[in-house]
Amino acid sequence: MTLRKAVLLGASIAAAGLALASTAQAQNEQFIPGLIYRTGAYAPNGIPFANGVADYYALVNERDGGINGVKIVYEECDTGYATDRGVECYERLKNKGPTGAAYVNPLSTGITFALTEKAPIDKIPVISMGYGRSESRDGSVFQWNFPLLGTYWSAADIIMQHIALKEGGFDKLKGKKIVLVYHDSPYGKEPIALLEQRAKMHGFTFTPMPVTHPGVEQKATWLQIRQNRPDYVLLWGWGVMNSTSIKEAAAVGFPRDKMFGVWWSGAEPDVRPAEGGAKGYHAAMLQHGAGQFGVHADLKKYLYDKGKGSAKWDEVGEVLYNRGLVNAMLGVEAIRKAQTKFGKKPLTGEQVRWGIENLELSAARLKELGFDGMLQPLKVTCSDHEGTRAGRIQQWDGAKWVVVSDWYQSDDTVLKPMVNAAAKKYADEKKLTVRDCSKES
Amino acid sequence: MLGPFLETLIGGLLTGVLYSLVALGFVLIFKASGVFNFAQGAMVLFAALTIARLSGEIDGKEVHLANFVVAAAILGVAVAFIGWYAWREYIARGAGPGERRKMQVLAAVGALVGGIAAYSYGKGAWPLWLAIAATAAIMGLLAYAIERLVLRHLVNQEGIILFMATLGIANFLDGFGQTLWGSDIYKINLGLPKDPLFLFEGVFPGGLLVDPGELVAAAIAAGLVVVLAIFFQKTRVGRALRAVADDHAAAQSVGIPLNTIWLIVWTVSGLVALAAGLIWGAKLGVQFSISLIALKALPVLILGGFTSVPGAIVGGLIIGAGEKLSEVFLAPILVKQFDLAGGGIENWFAYMLALVFLLFRPQGLFGERIIERV
Repeated sequence: MTLRKAVLLGASIAAAGLALASTAQAQNEQFIPGLIYRTGAYAPNGIPFANGVADYYALVNERDGGINGVKIVYEECDTGYATDRGVECYERLKNKGPTGAAYVNPLSTGITFALTEKAPIDKIPVISMGYGRSESRDGSVFQWNFPLLGTYWSAADIIMQHIALKEGGFDKLKGKKIVLVYHDSPYGKEPIALLEQRAKMHGFTFTPMPVTHPGVEQKATWLQIRQNRPDYVLLWGWGVMNSTSIKEAAAVGFPRDKMFGVWWSGAEPDVRPAEGGAKGYHAAMLQHGAGQFGVHADLKKYLYDKGKGSAKWDEVGEVLYNRGLVNAMLGVEAIRKAQTKFGKKPLTGEQVRWGIENLELSAARLKELGFDGMLQPLKVTCSDHEGTRAGRIQQWDGAKWVVVSDWYQSDDTVLKPMVNAAAKKYADEKKLTVRDCSKES
Repeated sequence: MLGPFLETLIGGLLTGVLYSLVALGFVLIFKASGVFNFAQGAMVLFAALTIARLSGEIDGKEVHLANFVVAAAILGVAVAFIGWYAWREYIARGAGPGERRKMQVLAAVGALVGGIAAYSYGKGAWPLWLAIAATAAIMGLLAYAIERLVLRHLVNQEGIILFMATLGIANFLDGFGQTLWGSDIYKINLGLPKDPLFLFEGVFPGGLLVDPGELVAAAIAAGLVVVLAIFFQKTRVGRALRAVADDHAAAQSVGIPLNTIWLIVWTVSGLVALAAGLIWGAKLGVQFSISLIALKALPVLILGGFTSVPGAIVGGLIIGAGEKLSEVFLAPILVKQFDLAGGGIENWFAYMLALVFLLFRPQGLFGERIIERV
């Protein structure tokens, strides 16, 4: 036997042994896939989020010994924010673990769109917290989608309410010019429908301006903004596009305090590269902001003091890290909820779906979990897969994010008819049977 | 109307110069080896990451000590190699008093560099110039590794095989660079002016907006082009490069060392990548998207011709100005006519512009017309 053959044989025996060992262990484990990105153009934003998610699952395992004794097995797959790679990751991970994937967080609206078609067939719920299809909050049609905490229509509406408040009412917006600078992808296009609706209602001019992936070339866009002098610019960017927008705004002298980013354009990696140019820039908050709360003390005690954290301690508490924590916590609580009905054992995606749909987090429970001050209570139902529609506005003061508004609720008298119409259209196109939510418990 | 037009035109031309800088790297390698080097973008990213991380503009996130040690070692070896090479030349020529002084100066410079590197490391980060020098040495080493491990095995293969090999190199470098240095956004502080200039405020309302940072970048790029043109036309190595480009086998048969030539050309294009990375990195922040700028160089190359240095420059200017003007003035018309959701045409417009040129000049504006008799 040559050396090469010997090595190959040894390796295959080792691999087979490992595979056997892992099936033996896997009996009381809940598998959760993580579609994240630590490489590529969007890595600066993907990394802190991924760290938050990984740390929360690790915390639940370390502190509580899993969810009611069921250990979480979490596996990351790097999508690079590309839809094709995201689908590939999903296909690779969906059947792992004793019961398959509990749920999937695509962390990309494009991937969410793709998985929306697959989820009902594979019976795996899609949690798209703060992103995804805005009409997918209608659970009667989108049984498997959960855009928890807020859709882009909610985000756009909250920003418009804030602007209206500053101007002295929605009627004062008449004749104003509002531009949306957006990532030319399903993500960036989401708020257009709501903003067009608001423009029609209040008589302001709305101009969407696309920026192509990855968004480092925006000179033409900002020269047009300089020439057209809009009153406000809304920013729907992601990754390096955000900091480039802010830098270009500074370069053409557009006032940064008249710029409002969505909650994916309002984290530290978005403003820091622009240095002084970012001062005054506003962004919507997906409820939480930056800072450390109850849960962070546990993270320090159980992970970081033992050298088991994924991030560096000074990054713990940044906006996107916290969002990763929140995202993982909602998933864990949904599994916990599902366990009350199906038993304290690894659950299937279909069982976890019930858990998400019946998820309710009271203020007291949030405090217990250490998320007091980060989130408001939420209640998911069959007809409302968003759970809550609250948000605030924050402003970058040059060194940190400062919350500058009270809580807003997106206006359901505007949103609900749009959601229903869009969901109905989707159901008709796909010939879906619509659930009657009034008959669901 | 004239004001906005001029402003867009100037902005476009300046961006175009930066595209040219990336396109130049492609042209160099294509000229010398007939290879379309898909890894040029990855090399730009790798060089920029190395400079940014070594020079320590890192937002308080530290780099592994081993990286500094290895970078210092590579720089040391490079300085030693240049010293050794000079010493050999010196022995060969016979030592005169003037030559001896040159050697003494060289040794002093080497010692000084080493000393400063060691001293600076004690303070945590390196000054920019030292980081640039180390990165230049690292790009040289990279060129050597590529020649030794990839190209040498593919001598006299079809161009497409070499192209596929560079695809592999691109993927490897993208991953390797991010593994080594991280994938966050890092800063290179070149000290480029940031405040916009407003020219002719008396003539146009609001003046013409010009980014002074881009002016400086354009000047650096122009300087680089002049140096490269001289290198190709006037030096012995430059002539050898052109001979290799024409025919590998024929060049080898007249005694041109193919492997050395490839090493030189990859080093030079590595240095061009360094310059591009330095400027793009200072402008956009060093992060992965820099490697995608290479895609912008493609229409530039199609337009300017794959073998022409001036072609890369003129092509860059036309593409830069063309795409910005089209986005600002053509897109709104298209949006109105065809009811599009906004513009965003600049990305594909550059390619369309290049294709239209191809209809009339298939070899590009400055490319060599290929006549093959069969």
